[in-house]
Amino acid sequence: MPARLIHRFLQCLLVAVCVMVTMLATDLRAADDLRTMVNALGGGSFQENQKQVEALAKTGDPKIVPALEALSEGDLYQRKSDGMVFIVKPAGSNFKLVDALTGDAAGEEAKAALEKVKVNNGLRRVIRAALGGLTLMSPDAGVRLQAAQTILRTPSADSLEGLDAALAGETDSAVKAVLEKARAASVLVSDRPVEEKKAAIATVVETGGRDSLSLLSGALSSADESLRPDIETGIQQIEDQLQLWAAGQNIWYGLSLGSVLLLAAIGLAITFGVMGIINMAHGEMVMLGAYTTFVVQEIIRNSYPDAFAWSLAIALPLAFLVTGAVGLVMERGIIRFLYGRPLETLLATWGVSLILQQAVRSIFGPTNQEVGNPSWMSGAFELGGLTVTWNRLWIIVFSLAVFAFLLFLLKKTPMGLQMRAVTQNRRMASSMGIRTPWVDALTFALGSGIAGIAGVALSQIDNVSPNLGQGYIIDSFMVVVFGGVGNLWGTLVGAFTLGILNKFLEPYAGAVLGKILVLVLIILFIQKRPRGLFALKGRAVEA
Amino acid sequence: MSIKARATGALLAAILSTTAFHGAFAADDTIKVGILHSLSGTMAISETTLKDAMLMLIDEQNKKGGLLGKKLEAVVVDPASDWPLFAEKARELVSVNKVSAVFGCWTSVSRKSVLPVFEELNSILFYPVQYEGEESQRNVFYTGAAPNQQAIPAVDYLAENEGVERWVLAGTDYVYPRTTNKILEAYLISKGVKPEDIMINYTPFGHSDWQTIVSDIKKFGSAGKKTAVVSTINGDANVPFYKELGNQGVKAEDIPVVAFSVGEEELAGLDTTPLVGHLAAWNYFQSVENPSNAEFIKTWKAFTKNEKRVTNDPMEAHYIGFNMWLKAVEKAGTTDTDAVLDAMIGVSVPNLSGGLSTMMPNHHITKPVLIGEIQADGQFETVWETPGLVVGDEWSDFLADSKDLIADWRAPMSCGNFNVATGKCGGKGS
Repeated sequence: MPARLIHRFLQCLLVAVCVMVTMLATDLRAADDLRTMVNALGGGSFQENQKQVEALAKTGDPKIVPALEALSEGDLYQRKSDGMVFIVKPAGSNFKLVDALTGDAAGEEAKAALEKVKVNNGLRRVIRAALGGLTLMSPDAGVRLQAAQTILRTPSADSLEGLDAALAGETDSAVKAVLEKARAASVLVSDRPVEEKKAAIATVVETGGRDSLSLLSGALSSADESLRPDIETGIQQIEDQLQLWAAGQNIWYGLSLGSVLLLAAIGLAITFGVMGIINMAHGEMVMLGAYTTFVVQEIIRNSYPDAFAWSLAIALPLAFLVTGAVGLVMERGIIRFLYGRPLETLLATWGVSLILQQAVRSIFGPTNQEVGNPSWMSGAFELGGLTVTWNRLWIIVFSLAVFAFLLFLLKKTPMGLQMRAVTQNRRMASSMGIRTPWVDALTFALGSGIAGIAGVALSQIDNVSPNLGQGYIIDSFMVVVFGGVGNLWGTLVGAFTLGILNKFLEPYAGAVLGKILVLVLIILFIQKRPRGLFALKGRAVEA
Repeated sequence: MSIKARATGALLAAILSTTAFHGAFAADDTIKVGILHSLSGTMAISETTLKDAMLMLIDEQNKKGGLLGKKLEAVVVDPASDWPLFAEKARELVSVNKVSAVFGCWTSVSRKSVLPVFEELNSILFYPVQYEGEESQRNVFYTGAAPNQQAIPAVDYLAENEGVERWVLAGTDYVYPRTTNKILEAYLISKGVKPEDIMINYTPFGHSDWQTIVSDIKKFGSAGKKTAVVSTINGDANVPFYKELGNQGVKAEDIPVVAFSVGEEELAGLDTTPLVGHLAAWNYFQSVENPSNAEFIKTWKAFTKNEKRVTNDPMEAHYIGFNMWLKAVEKAGTTDTDAVLDAMIGVSVPNLSGGLSTMMPNHHITKPVLIGEIQADGQFETVWETPGLVVGDEWSDFLADSKDLIADWRAPMSCGNFNVATGKCGGKGS
């Protein structure tokens, strides 16, 4: 009896061991297969690798996700000696190797011993689709959402199975909504029955937006006869919606262009508008402000990389001081000898602008300098049908803040009072004990400093090169003259009017003709109202 | 004759004699090479680099013993991005400084402005920039790409490998983009692309507000067909264009942009992370791996004493042109213009992309065409290249008024615009 028992026990054990060994073996074999497949990525052509990635995606094994992500980023390398493929991280002149499947560290290797697994757009697209399918079941809702959005953008009939499975188990409502849309999009490109497609079209139309439009137009050519009317009305519906948003988008673009014009012109509104100096070096003050930002960022990059998000905040006061100082020197050294002689002032300041340009060119070189955008100034968000980019939004806010600051300074501070007094009646101000030469110098320095601040903002959207200022000088004069010389509010209204006008003309007339039309309109306007939108009245005008 | 007039006359004579003496002295001792690139003004951003590259090449050659047993001497002038000044400075280089050859110009308008000078004074110009074609002049050697060496292979790549069916041709509003886009449009239509699938857009120089155009491109791209942008946007306008693309989330996987005027230099002023995957078509990339390129980059960084300096395609064009000129002068045994012009045709020198470039009878050279994708480090990675070298085609086959023209500067034809239909020399461009 005991012998029999032992026999039974041994039998059970044997079976259990057998089962375990088989399981382990299949597991090992699967890992082995994955490894061979991943290694095969090295040295394959783009077409071969696309097939390879599709095959990897078919395994449905989430272990390959890091490898695919690395490939997409261009961080996947093959070791030349044994053909093994690794994910690498740069470490000095070497690369730190990470196992492509397990994520374990695998030592270091010189760059020359590794060969990059090349990636192109086609391959990246395949990877994106594959990752979408693989991460649908991720425990992290954020990752799932991203996966669903990826499929929504690149729908394919193959992903339907995965989507159905994911939908069944999804609990997060936000993810579920996107999954539904992604499923509808995928049904549309599959060969599912007409009824199912009809429902899908309704969902896609409801989603709206450019991607849906693109999807529907694509489906139209190959669609079943009975589906065509549905798709066509759907397209019409989305287009109507977009049309409405397009007007809003134009206003937004106009505001954004207006804010750039305002920033560029507001310093000139002081030097030219208030003081009456035709300052051709105004653009170069903007350029100096941008270069100050570059220098600040360079120092931060080299010494305090963590503070990069603050670089603009640090650059602002510095740019104000640097350009303000240059302005002060200019006024004291040149312009004060030329008051009342506009033509000479024009020539002298133009000369200064050339000197400043060439000086910057000699010091920093003629090429563009890289000014980075802090992360809070990159990217965009969707507001209904509008795409709002962060950098443009911040620039609008910033330009209005600068305007408010300047208005406050001129209207509410003793310094502003003195400035206004001197420009309105110099002799009277002088007899009241105001040191008019110093007020002139400070006013000019203020205008230049504000131009420098504008340069900090413009460095975020334009090139930082010695030519930066030239692009803005004409526009700045245009805004100030159009708005009315000597009136800050005129500059504000003028800048936004021109911005919006330009952006409404551009879609119809094109950028080149649009600009010409704006110029023609300004010329006509100036004929009618020589003093601009908001003309100053009173004795100051006569002086 | 008044005293004043006599004094002026004497002064003039003195100036003339010093110049003459100077010239004679130069002829004995050194061979002069003119460098005609803007060092100030708007084009300085691109052209200053080429001046440095030429100085480096001349310096290197002198280390190797010069040419015909003489040292080479660079004569640098600054035409200041001012087109009429280009002609004046070219005249100065040839007739006052007596240079044997001139390396220079960037924009087509500057080249057009110096053409009559080189013709009249019978000297030689090497022009290193990709251009719109439709020209072949006896005194000019074109070492940059003609449209068939850059634009057409790029479009082929997109159509074949990316399956692009809808095209946005975006450019700056001047002669190079307009001609190139005309050629491309004709080419695409000949390939069966429908006119409504082509959108053409021009912007002014230095355009900085790209919001409307980028959203137009997105709109055009949502018609259910794969869309790509072919960009002939020039110079400074590229940086805000790419920034806007990045910010509005136009990804290279969805709408790739292939550019003909964006090289390593332009990308140096830009954070390229959001641009990874956008394309450029050139005949050379700094990232090309071969020993002669590695050597060239090393010399360049040492010469400029700046580890961050990048190399680019027009620099390589000067490298090829300069070496061709050296070889031709050695072959001719003199720097005399006519002898060198004859000796130039058929000269082969190694280029930096790996291969030999040859000067063809039409004064254009053979080059490989590379398509590269922008990488996060501001370099390009070659994703495609032509299997062999492509011969520069000066008169495009896709434009009605130039398809019958050919150029051949060998005797007996010696003509830059020979019409094969009428069998006569002369036609467009004469």
